[in-house]
Amino acid sequence: MSSITSSAPFSAEEIASVGLKPEEYEEIVRRLGRHPNQAELGMFGVMWSEHCCYKNSRPLLKQFPTTGDRILVGPGENAGVVDLGDGLRLAFKIESHNHPSAVEPFQGAATGVGGILRDIFTMGARPIALLNSLRFGSLEDAHTRQLFTGVVSGIAHYGNAVGVPTVGGEIYFDPAYSSNPLVNVMALGLMETPEIVKSGAAGVGNPVLYVGSTTGRDGMGGASFASAELSDESEQDRPAVQVGDPFLEKSLIEACLEAFKTGAVVAAQDMGAAGITCSTSEMAARGGVGIELDLDRIPVRETGMVPYEYLLSESQERMLFVAYKGREQELITIFHRWGLQAVVAGTVIAEPVVRILFQGEIAAEIPAAALAENTPLYHRDKLGEPPEFIRQACQWTSDRLPTCTPTGIETPDGFRTWNEILLTLLDTPSIASKRWVYRQYDHQVQNNTVILPGRADAAVIRLRPPSSSKGVAATVDCNSRYVYLDPYEGAKAVVAEAARNLSCVGAEPLAVTDNLNFGNPEKPIGYWQLAEACRGLADACRELGTPVTGGNVSLYNETIAPTGQPQPIYPTPVVGMVGLIPDLTRVCGQGWQAKGDLIYLLGRCLTALDRLTLGGSEYLATIHHTVAGSPPRVDFKLERLVQATCREGIRQGWVRSAHDCAEGGVVVALAEACISGGLGADVNLTPTVHKDMSWRWDCVLFGEGGAQIVVSILPELQVIWEAYLQQHLGNDWQKLGSVGNSDTSLRVFTADTQLVIDAKIKEMSNRYSKAIERRLTF
Amino acid sequence: MLRKYQARIYVTLRPSVLDPAGTAVQSGLQHMGYETVEQVRIGKYVELVLSAADEDKAREQVDRICDRLLANPVIENYRFDLTESVDTGVAR
Repeated sequence: MSSITSSAPFSAEEIASVGLKPEEYEEIVRRLGRHPNQAELGMFGVMWSEHCCYKNSRPLLKQFPTTGDRILVGPGENAGVVDLGDGLRLAFKIESHNHPSAVEPFQGAATGVGGILRDIFTMGARPIALLNSLRFGSLEDAHTRQLFTGVVSGIAHYGNAVGVPTVGGEIYFDPAYSSNPLVNVMALGLMETPEIVKSGAAGVGNPVLYVGSTTGRDGMGGASFASAELSDESEQDRPAVQVGDPFLEKSLIEACLEAFKTGAVVAAQDMGAAGITCSTSEMAARGGVGIELDLDRIPVRETGMVPYEYLLSESQERMLFVAYKGREQELITIFHRWGLQAVVAGTVIAEPVVRILFQGEIAAEIPAAALAENTPLYHRDKLGEPPEFIRQACQWTSDRLPTCTPTGIETPDGFRTWNEILLTLLDTPSIASKRWVYRQYDHQVQNNTVILPGRADAAVIRLRPPSSSKGVAATVDCNSRYVYLDPYEGAKAVVAEAARNLSCVGAEPLAVTDNLNFGNPEKPIGYWQLAEACRGLADACRELGTPVTGGNVSLYNETIAPTGQPQPIYPTPVVGMVGLIPDLTRVCGQGWQAKGDLIYLLGRCLTALDRLTLGGSEYLATIHHTVAGSPPRVDFKLERLVQATCREGIRQGWVRSAHDCAEGGVVVALAEACISGGLGADVNLTPTVHKDMSWRWDCVLFGEGGAQIVVSILPELQVIWEAYLQQHLGNDWQKLGSVGNSDTSLRVFTADTQLVIDAKIKEMSNRYSKAIERRLTF
Repeated sequence: MLRKYQARIYVTLRPSVLDPAGTAVQSGLQHMGYETVEQVRIGKYVELVLSAADEDKAREQVDRICDRLLANPVIENYRFDLTESVDTGVAR
């Protein structure tokens, strides 16, 4: 067998076409001691992309807290694993499929679901739930509607067919995401094997198995494609989209879990981005060994493929296994029984290289670490101060708005009453019910969904076997408008909100998986946003005791506008958080339960108006068409207290409903509780402030502040409940009113019983539930 | 004066794209004993009638229709035949 001779240097265009920079190419030549061949250049191109090696974000990710009592597996493996006690271990991870979804929404989103599920069951866990976090442009735009409907049906297609319930998520619509949608999918799984399956190859001489589907030319070079800015020419990139097969994936789940239980598997790795290249080099590098792989043994579905195509194909539903020598046939038998491909395609070798054979020749040979671990790193300088447009936006204060009256306010669209404003906010797609979306998802398959979508602030899943009364809650969150206006504070607010959502269903927040969707880090503003947001996430995760167990980075989310100007998306660090429900009989939804129940606001109450702000609020954006001001600052002490109080209230059985105040402030939260419960409410929202303190009605009604939860309790419990609140929260709570005195309306009074808002539930519900559907019908 | 044309359109998956339905049919056939069947790829066939000034215009229109709706160019290819249809006078 001949070894590789140095080929001629590549041209600048060829180097750029695989996504590498000239200095990175020089580094490759230095490491190999020769010029790479075409296949090797392609391998470096994908492995040194941001998507695979985090060359821009790794130094920033290092600051995340990653350890804790319950953390069994932190960052670095296919998924994080937390200990739920009683022998129950939960694997979870979030991943983006933004760029594929921009080009082909249906298949892009579908294969996103398939990819994240493989990360979970590669660890030996059975997938039990999916969530997704989606961002699109405005629904008034026809292309956005096409992307949106395509992504939703793609998720439904794959998730429903593979038999894993899609139990929750979030969706925002904002022009900032017009031609660059975000599709982040999170999966949860329960460990089924005694040992957590790792990905480091070991045991020189052990066979390397290729299992799953066949390899074709689909999705060529998806990873380097995912790290390049989108332009009109991306439409021409169309072949770079993979098509998945959920039924084959279902077989793969069962076959893998069965294979792991034999004890014949040393390590496993799914083939996601960068396919064979990524899986071989990562398995070799993590195990400190090498892998020799013979492409002639790989099952293909096309003829005439060259090594470059084998190595970069992103065909779906494929995995690489290292088996104990002599036991490979056991595994092959299992996979064949499930109708899947399984072949011995290579061997673990001592020399720490990835060696690829093709037709009896060495087609590529690269030190494994050069591809997977010892990859380029860029330490960039962060702007010393916020960029100009942020400094300007933050100078905005509510004094610039017209004066409020008890009935309403002058807006750019004319005078609006508070009633009308509430209805408009409920009709805003970002706030409105996402029923049109989740009704397409099978959210009950596996029969473990305890709270249905739209009924609570977080999803709740029963754990099987049901010997324990424990459950798991999960949520994905990110208010990217806050992050845009203040990346540090905004990122902290994201973590706080995720924890609050879990607390609202009665779950103890445990750990975080993050998906960093940002613009171009090579531009000073892009890097500043990324760096500041990471700092915020790190601080918040530390403060709230929820370590980060891994995640995904998606950079270069920018589109080139017709004017030629790059337009970055809002910086969007999506946080997926999982929590433990100690007792599934004590969980809580967001809707009112019964007439006469008393309504309380926990946390930043209306006597502390300085803590509420219109900066970055949905009210300011939707009603006054302004994105400006300083978003709310997180007060961790208060946040922890409010959340703990809410959880304990639920555990004691006192709290009958709990709902976090987020976009649209306290009135939107109250309205949602009315709509969800089908019951009205009478509340008094007059702030009890000193005479000389100025305050605005819009800030009271729609101001956002974090650390706020609206709860309802049985009237008989008023005395113990208030004593409990006084003891734990001091003055940070307020009685707002009661449920259902008016059957049909949400009525907001002032102290002197003047009516500020009187909204019929039927009308609110109509706006809220049809907002998305109405915009999709012509 | 507009003429009537009939287009017979064939939409097929691009060669690199996985065809789960085709694979299932292939496996079904093999189970039925047709072991000589090596590959099945499933596409769709569309017939449509349109009016246009001349054949070039008709071709142009059908091409756009295929690109924008009938085929998904990301994963599918299409081709079509065009014939001028003779008005039988039966249609109302």
